[in-house]
Parts: sequence; structure tokens; C-alpha cells
Amino acid sequence: MSNSNELETRPFAVSLEVGSSLLNKTGSWRTERPVYVDRLPPCNQACPAGENIQAWLYHAEEGNYRAAWDELMKNNPLPAIMGRACYHPCQDSCNRAQLDSAVNIHAVERFLGDLAIREGWSIDFDAVPGGSNVLVIGAGPSGLSAAYHLARLGHKVTIREAGPVPGGMMRFGIPKYRLPREVVDAEVRRIVDMGVELELNRRVDDIPRALSEEGFDACFAAIGAHLAKKVDIPAPDALKILDAVSFLRAMETDAEPLQLGRRVVVYGGGNTAVDVARTVRRLGAEPVIVYRRTREQMPAHDFEIDEALEEGVVVNWLRTIKESDGQELKIEKMALDDKGWPRPTGEFETIEADTVVLALGQNVDQSLLTKLEGVALNKDGVVEVGPDMMTACPGVFAGGDMVPSERTVTVAVGHGKKAARHIDAWLRGDRYVPAPKHELASFDRLNTWYYTDAEQAVQPVLDDIRRRTSFEEVVAGLDESNALFEARRCLSCGNCFECDNCYGICPDNAITKLGPGNRFEFKYDYCKGCSMCATECPCGAIKMVPEQI
Amino acid sequence: MPQVPETQQRVKFYQTGTFTVGNRLLDDTRRTVQASVERSNSLDSGHRACQGCGEALGARYAVDAALRAADGKLIAANATGCLEVFTTPYPQTAWGLPWIHSVFGNAAAVGAGIAAALKAKGREDIRVIAQGGDGGTTDIGMGCLSGMFDRNDDVLYICYNNQAYMNTGVQRSSQTPPAARTATTMPVDPEPGNAFNSGKSVPLIAMAHGIPYVATASVHDLHDLEYKVEKAMGFRGARYIEIFVPCPLGWGSKPGDTIKVARLAAQCGMFPLIEAEYGELTSVTKIYQRQPLEEYLKLQRRFAHVLKPQNAHQLEALRDIANRNIRKFDLLAAPEDVS
Repeated sequence: MSNSNELETRPFAVSLEVGSSLLNKTGSWRTERPVYVDRLPPCNQACPAGENIQAWLYHAEEGNYRAAWDELMKNNPLPAIMGRACYHPCQDSCNRAQLDSAVNIHAVERFLGDLAIREGWSIDFDAVPGGSNVLVIGAGPSGLSAAYHLARLGHKVTIREAGPVPGGMMRFGIPKYRLPREVVDAEVRRIVDMGVELELNRRVDDIPRALSEEGFDACFAAIGAHLAKKVDIPAPDALKILDAVSFLRAMETDAEPLQLGRRVVVYGGGNTAVDVARTVRRLGAEPVIVYRRTREQMPAHDFEIDEALEEGVVVNWLRTIKESDGQELKIEKMALDDKGWPRPTGEFETIEADTVVLALGQNVDQSLLTKLEGVALNKDGVVEVGPDMMTACPGVFAGGDMVPSERTVTVAVGHGKKAARHIDAWLRGDRYVPAPKHELASFDRLNTWYYTDAEQAVQPVLDDIRRRTSFEEVVAGLDESNALFEARRCLSCGNCFECDNCYGICPDNAITKLGPGNRFEFKYDYCKGCSMCATECPCGAIKMVPEQI
Repeated sequence: MPQVPETQQRVKFYQTGTFTVGNRLLDDTRRTVQASVERSNSLDSGHRACQGCGEALGARYAVDAALRAADGKLIAANATGCLEVFTTPYPQTAWGLPWIHSVFGNAAAVGAGIAAALKAKGREDIRVIAQGGDGGTTDIGMGCLSGMFDRNDDVLYICYNNQAYMNTGVQRSSQTPPAARTATTMPVDPEPGNAFNSGKSVPLIAMAHGIPYVATASVHDLHDLEYKVEKAMGFRGARYIEIFVPCPLGWGSKPGDTIKVARLAAQCGMFPLIEAEYGELTSVTKIYQRQPLEEYLKLQRRFAHVLKPQNAHQLEALRDIANRNIRKFDLLAAPEDVS
């Protein structure tokens, strides 16, 4: 009150100035406080290439495809390839699958990759001058990925590839009806355009000499595994026996198509066996897969087996090949024992076969390793590396199919990135320590009421007849509107996507909205700790923690 | 490259449908008032409502929307009740608009008087709301309210219905649902809780007056609530909106579950969301995902006894009420309407 006269002129009982409730700090009532958290989305956790999938979908949701692609390229230099060849473990773990169906992440990745090729996008990177010289051996997915990441980190990279074309198993392992070669060419070219030196038909036999005499400071070996495993089938010369790797390679390099005859038996149950059978089908022959276990036990991916069956590939489960008289194969029926192992039954049958293709797996060529002290193949036929991807020989790192891992393009790309970061740190005499992982954003963290039902957008598939007769790509991409729809199906598990729910529903107006991209902030002076914001957050990005009292 | 807004117009899917408060993929003009950093916060921080108070939330939603519709020129008359007590402990106020409290049951009459005064002064650009809880509105204030409807006074009356006298310690009101426990309807045999076949529907009574606009809304559906307040402000004459506001203290629900409880009430049929003009029902908000009645009841201790085997007849009688609402207001969407 400023002066007493004023007090006297006021009506009776209005003796105090009007004050705002803001003077009353209700935050003191609280026993728990809400905090904004970032949780690890299951897709990101599942990605062998370590992509931040949710982050690039976030940009794609806005139709900002360039920003989405840039985010994607931080971890994966080959999105158009991976959008076709990856077996998308991200979608197997997608929380949306428990709501209606998983987000078709794979198709959006492909859309972005194809768009980048069409638009001729290249990445902006601030290469720090004065980096080191790094030798990458092998231009497969792992080598290309390592080269790309090392170049982004400012190093001068030389890739030496023994073969005549880059791509490795992306070209010699994956048939072109799954991965058109123009896509491989375009994405490899983009890496070369970053200043990576690519030397073809250049086999490396002596790593220590390359390091000591050619001025390389470190080496990343990613030679893959391309020596076919063999099995002896007693047979006269009339029967043609090939291995899957040579067969698929010949498809790429030979001018003349292979003479296979009419009936081709493919022996094995992995993805390579299925790829061979589907290729054979397209060459006009009749493929039969012979596999010694059941369909459920086949290592090949289910959708690939389905696609093969749709195309008329015949599969004989629980069979092994015994011998051949040149015309017919004698095969033995197998039965599973109580441990699930296939056992011979002594029952035989015969099938016609003009050619047998062995798809029984591949080994690593160890000739490269002979000059490296302390480095050898382990009992599984692969090279042991540490958590930093370094072999027992300092400065020599390895990745891809030649080290213990699942043999897929995605894993290889992940190895390349990981090795690049460790090589970069090692060259600086440092250690690369990855950022700690957030807690998983599991389905029970979500409040799914807020998400509209929306089934997955389906990718068009080539019709049956053309699939049996041509090498055209089987699965087509999404168009722009479908890709946008698909991106928007993302639930943004565990990370705020600024839906304004917390800001709107706080009964105490105790949240400040910081504007686009900046999320929100709690006003702990007023927050009573009712936890409504945490309950109603759609994506589980708010956590209640006990107050220290 | 397509421009972003154009893309959004073409693909009619926005990640979180229409239930979240905001949505970064929508144009600003199509978002809720509550999503805006410029919202009035007519009921500001520091008020003394309990944790998770549905009424505090409903009041800010409604008054902010009314303020926007009235271009900031709005006066509020308030009945006695929680809303009055927790917002204005002398000499503080949480209100950001001219606000008057008189006695328990006369908010409708005070609002009508303000409207008459503004008319006399030629200031009909300034709009009037009157508000209160269910006790002050549907019991004690019923006469004043009916009079306001009868004279078609230019007032929007907003009733925050939390189904009992919460401010004085949870006594039964005419809005307390059958079987619910209150301090005056204890869960004791033979018929625990509030009696069946008691109470009244004030929205239907308001409709019987033939006033320009009547609606029910709920704190769980902000878009629907703001739309109804804005629509009500588009009319002149008497208007009535009843907002469903769960009370964690009186209902025995968790403070964090306030919106969840409100959502379940609507989705099980216990609280129909309707609109009427001049006595005629004009729209109902369809049930989006029908939920079992038990899901609604089990979050509230006031219904704990209903879920015990010996009171199964009460559960079935409550289910009859929900089913009757669903039939009466045709709350279920036809299969082709669900998208």
C-alpha cells in the first residue's frame, strides 16, 4: 500500500492489493517430477548398420526428403541398395506391428535412396585436411562403407579390389531381379566422387608391405567369403556340378548364358540357394532345391522362400543327395530326431538332374592373412577381431563376411562404419567410445490411443509370368504419396515429436512450449507432479522420477 | 520437389489423427487453442486445485477457447464451488479475465445481469459466461439457470460436472451416478452407494427450454470441446455446455489417470457427447473404440464395491445405463464410418 489516504478511500474489506496466483509456488506439493527423456526406438536398436531410422523418418514425415536423406547418410552410404537388399530387422521389431502392421521402413529408405540418385544429391562434409592414408581391401559393402566414413572423417582412402567391378556380393551374390545393377553403380560412383581412390583388378597379398612401403597408415580388410564349400557327390562326368558363387558370378561376368540343361538341382537351404534357384527359373530351366532339414529350419528368409515358390521353384525338404548315375540323382529321405537333427532313414528316391549347384556356404580365402603375424582363421573359418574391429595385428582392421557375424549387406555396412570410427580414433592415438545407449522404448511405454489406424502401404510386385522369364526387379518402390504416408505411420517411440499433448493437458499450466524443434520445458515451480503428462504422452518420452525430499 | 504444405494437403494422414493437442504436420490455423504459445492461460499456474484436477483443466480449455472466440472481450460469473475456491483465495487470483463471484446458486442470474447491463450500455461486443460445478448449477442453481434459459439471456453457461460436491467433502449431487460412493451415499448394504433411478440430465432439461445451443463435452477430447465452445460463442442468447471433469479426490482415481478416466467414460457409453440447437439434437460424437464398462469403473475407488461378485446386479444395472445411452443417442459408428 503506497499511502494511507488511498487506503481510506477504498471500500471496506478491500484492503489488500490483488495478487496473482503465480505467487503460490505449487511445485512444493510434488513427490515425483516429470522429466523429458529420449528412449531408444526398437527399430534403431535392431538396425545392424546403426541407422537412426526414427530421425530420418521424422524429416520424411514433413516431406523434407533431403534432410531425411542427409540424416540417413550419416550412417549408411548405400540407402538405395539397402532399401532393396536389407532383410529389415527394424521392421521385425517395430512397435507398430502390435497395433496394425510394421512401418515399411525398408520401402521409405529405398524411396529416399532412389530420389537421391534421380536428383543427383551428394553429401556435404567438412573433411578435415591432413588426415591419414588408409588402405581398404575389397570393394564390397563393408569396404565401401568404411571408405565412405573414413573420407567423411577427413582421411585419404584407397580401395583395392581384386575383381573387375566394385560391389562384391552386392553384385556377385544378390541377383539383379532383387538389386538392379544401375543402383549399385550409382551409389558406388557417389563414394568415388567423394575423392575415394578405387583401384580395380588389384589384388593385395601382403598387407605389412603395403603399410610399410606404400605409406598407408592403417588398413581395413573386407575381402568377404567367396570360396564355396564343397561336398563329394559320387557321379560320372556327365553330371555338371557347379557351386553357387561361381554360378552367380558367371551370371554377372560371362557374355554367354550358362548351359545348365533342363533340370537343375540346388543343394542347400540358405538365401544363396534360393537366389540360385530363382535365377535358374529365369534362365528357363526347372530348379529343384534339395535341403536336408525342414522349411522352418531353412536359414533363407521366409519371404524369399515364398517368392521362390510363387515363381515355380520346387523344394524337397528333408532330403540329402547320395549319388548320381549321370541321369538321375539318388536322394535319401531324412527324418528329424527328438533333438531336431536330421537323421538318414535308409529310404531312397530318384530325381532327374542335368546340373547340380552346391549352395552350402562359403569360406574365407586365407591367402591374404599369411603375411600377417598372429592373424589366422579361427575354428569357424573366420578372422577374430576385437570390439574395435582390429585384428591381432596393430593397424589392421577387418570386417564384413570375413569376421564372425551374420553375413548380410546390412551387417557389412555396419562393420564398415564401426571400423572407420575406430580406425580414425586409433590413427589419432585415441579410443572411440560410442555414446551410451538409451533405455529401450518398448510398446508398453506408448499411449496408442492417439495414433490413427493405418495399414501398411503395399509395394507393387511384378506379375508372375514376368518373374519367371525376366530379370526385371520383382518388388517396385513406393511413389511419393505412399512413401510420405508410410513415414507418417511412425509412432516416434520414445522420442518427443512435438504433438503438444503435455503442453495442452497440464492442469497447472506448468509446461513451456519452446517452439518448433525445441520441444518443451517443465516449470517445476508450479508442477504438482500429477503425472498426467507422462500418462498421456503418446510416445513415452516423459518419465516420472521421485523427488529427493 | 513438392512443397511441404502441398504434400500435406494431398496425403490426409497426420501420424496422430485428431486426438493429440497439436500436430507439427498441421497448419497453425488447424491446431487447437491449447497448442498455441499465445493461448490466454485464463486459469494460470499457482491455483490450489488438487493434483490432476479435471475441473482446472476443463476450465482453462473452455475459457481460453471462449476468450479467443470473443476476441479477448469476456466477463465470467462464477458459482461457489471448487473452481471458485481454488482459484481465488483472497487476495490472489488465478484468473486472467474479469471475474465475479457472488453466492452458491446464482451464477446464472449474475451472468444474466451483467449481460443486461452491457446491453444497456451498448457494449454487446463484450460477451458473458457463467460457470460452476454440478452442485452450484444443477442442484442449488437450478432455478436461476432455468430462468436464464427461459429469458434467453445472452450468456454461455458452462457446467463442470464432477458428479458430486467435491469442495465440501464429496457429498452426493443430482449428478452423482448410481452406485457411486460419496460421503453421503456410503457403500453399505443392502444397496451400496448412490441409489438407482435418481438424478437428472440437465442438458436434456436445457434442450427442453429450446435455447439456441446445448452441448456436452469432455476433457479427453480437446478438439471436440474447443469446437463446441467456439460454436456456442457464435450464438446470441442462452447457451449451455456441460463438461465432464473427473475428480481424482472424489472418485478415488489416480491423478495421472484423469484424461484416461474421461476417455473411458465416453468410450463405454457412460457419458454421451452430444450437440443440440433450439431443442433439436444435431450431432453426437461417435464412440471411436468401444471399451468395456469395467475398464472405466476399475480405475475409480468410488465404484470398487460394484466390481465385487455380490454386487454383480449393480454392475449390470450400470451396464444397462451405458447401453441405453448408446441406443438413445446412437453412439456407435456404422462400420463404413470408421476410418
